[in-house]
Amino acid sequence: MCTLEKRGRLFLLKLTGDGEHRLNPTLLDNLRSAITQIRSDPSSSQSVLITTSDGKFFSNGYDLALAASDPPLRALMAAKLRSLVADLISLPMPTIAAVTGHASAAGFLLAMSHDYILMRRDRGFLYMSELDIELVLPAWFVAMIRMKVASPAARRDVALTAEKITADRGLEMGIVDSRHGSAAETVEAAVKLGEEIVRRGADGHVYGRMRETLLREVLHAIGSNESASSGVRNSGSKLSWNSSWRTSTWSAFLLLPRCVGRSARF
Amino acid sequence: MCTLEKRGDLFLLTLTGDDEHRFHPDTISSVLSLLEQAKSQSTRGSVLITTAHGKFFSNGFDLAWAQAAGSQTGAVNRMHQMVESFKPVIAALFDLPMPTIAALNGHAAASGLMFALSHDYVFMRNDRGVLYMSEVDLGLPLPDYFAAMFAAKIGTSIAKRELLLSGKKIKGEEAVALGIVDSAAHDSVEGVVEATVSLGESLAAKKWNGEVYASIRKSLYPGLCAMLSVTDKIAASP
Repeated sequence: MCTLEKRGRLFLLKLTGDGEHRLNPTLLDNLRSAITQIRSDPSSSQSVLITTSDGKFFSNGYDLALAASDPPLRALMAAKLRSLVADLISLPMPTIAAVTGHASAAGFLLAMSHDYILMRRDRGFLYMSELDIELVLPAWFVAMIRMKVASPAARRDVALTAEKITADRGLEMGIVDSRHGSAAETVEAAVKLGEEIVRRGADGHVYGRMRETLLREVLHAIGSNESASSGVRNSGSKLSWNSSWRTSTWSAFLLLPRCVGRSARF
Repeated sequence: MCTLEKRGDLFLLTLTGDDEHRFHPDTISSVLSLLEQAKSQSTRGSVLITTAHGKFFSNGFDLAWAQAAGSQTGAVNRMHQMVESFKPVIAALFDLPMPTIAALNGHAAASGLMFALSHDYVFMRNDRGVLYMSEVDLGLPLPDYFAAMFAAKIGTSIAKRELLLSGKKIKGEEAVALGIVDSAAHDSVEGVVEATVSLGESLAAKKWNGEVYASIRKSLYPGLCAMLSVTDKIAASP
C-alpha cells in the first residue's frame, strides 16, 4: 500500500501499486505509521520528506465505494485523514509532494498538506471533485484551500468550478511550485530540491513549529472537527483546543499496533 | 426598473432603463423579489446572469433620496435604511442555488460594485465603464459588510488599497490585472453579454446540484456569510 525508503537524509514515501490509492482506513493507517517511523528516526530534524506514488493516480480521494457499503467508515476515514494531515503539518521537516498522477478531493488535500508541490506537466490533474459528485466541502478542506490558494478567483476555480487543474494551470494559480516533463523527472526534481533543502541545514523542529503557526487556521478547523465528530475519542472538554487535538491524535495513534510505547513529539 | 427572463437554463436579471440604476428602497425590494423568484424556479443547471441597460451597471445608493428627507437626521436614517435593506440582496446572491455571473455594461460604483462582486464571476467591458468605490471621496464610512466583501473577494493588499483608499476609477484592463474581475476582453455590451452567456451555458451543462453549489460557495466566504446571517442548510460532511 505504501513503502518508506531512506536515501541519505531524504525519506521517500510512496503509495504503491497501479490503483487509485483511495484513502481507505488501511492505507491511512499505513501512512500514519510511516510518518511515526520518520518522526522517531534520530536524523529526522535534518531531513526532508518526499511523497509520491506509482501509476496514474497520486490519490483519487476517500474510498467512497467502501463508505457506501459501510457508512460509519466514512467518518472513520475522515478522522484518520485529519490525524494524518495534522501530523504532516507538525512534522519537523520540510515536505514535498511529487505529484505524478491525478490528485482528487481528499487526494488533492493530501498533496496540499505538503510544503511544496512538484507536478508532471504531460499528464494528470489536481481536481476538487466534490461539486461534481454532489458533496460539500468540510470546513477544514476550505481552510487548507484558503491557506494554499491565494487568490479568491483561484479558490473559486478550485472549489466552485471544480476545474481539472493541469501542472501549467497549477503553476499559474500558485498551487504548484514547479512542473516537469515526466513522472521520473518530477521525482528527480523533488530529490534535487530535497537535497538542496538539507544542505541549507535548517533545524527541523523550528521549521515544524513555524509551519504550525502559518497553518494554524487549518489546525484549528481540524480541531473543531475533532470535537464535533464521533469518529475519534475526545480527550475531554477541560483541555484547550490546541492540546485536545493533539491528545485525540495521540489516542488515535495509540490504536496503531506498531506504535504503542513510542514517544511522539510533544 | 428590473426584469427577470428565462432563456433555456439561464436566468437573465436586467436593470432596465437608461438611468444610473441607483439602489433605493423600491429597486432594492424589486431586485430581492426577482432573486427570490429565480431561487424558487431553480433546477439543476440553472445559471443567473445579471446585467443592465445604458451607461451604468449601478451607481450605488440613491443619495438624492436620502437628502430629500429634509433634515440631517432624516438623511442619515434614510442612508441607514438603504444600507440595511441592501444586505438581504447580497445575502440572496450568496445563497442562490446556481452559479451567478455579472455582465457589467458600464460603471459600477459603491453598492453597485458590491452588487457586482456578489456574483461568482464578473465580466466587464474593455472600452467603457469603471469600478469606483466612491466612499472615500464622499466622506462616507464603509458599512461592515462592504468591508467584509472586499476582504473576501479582493486578494491583494494593493488591489484593496487601489479600490478602497485611492478613490480611483478603475478601468477594465487594470481591474483584470488587480484580480477584481475575471475578464475585460470585449469592446461592446454585446461582446460582454455574449461572453457571459457562453460561460453560463458551459456552467449549465455541468448540471450541478444547486444546493450543493450554494453550500460550497458559502463555505468559501465564512466571515462574510456570518455577517450576512447566511446559514448553510447542508451540514458539512466530515
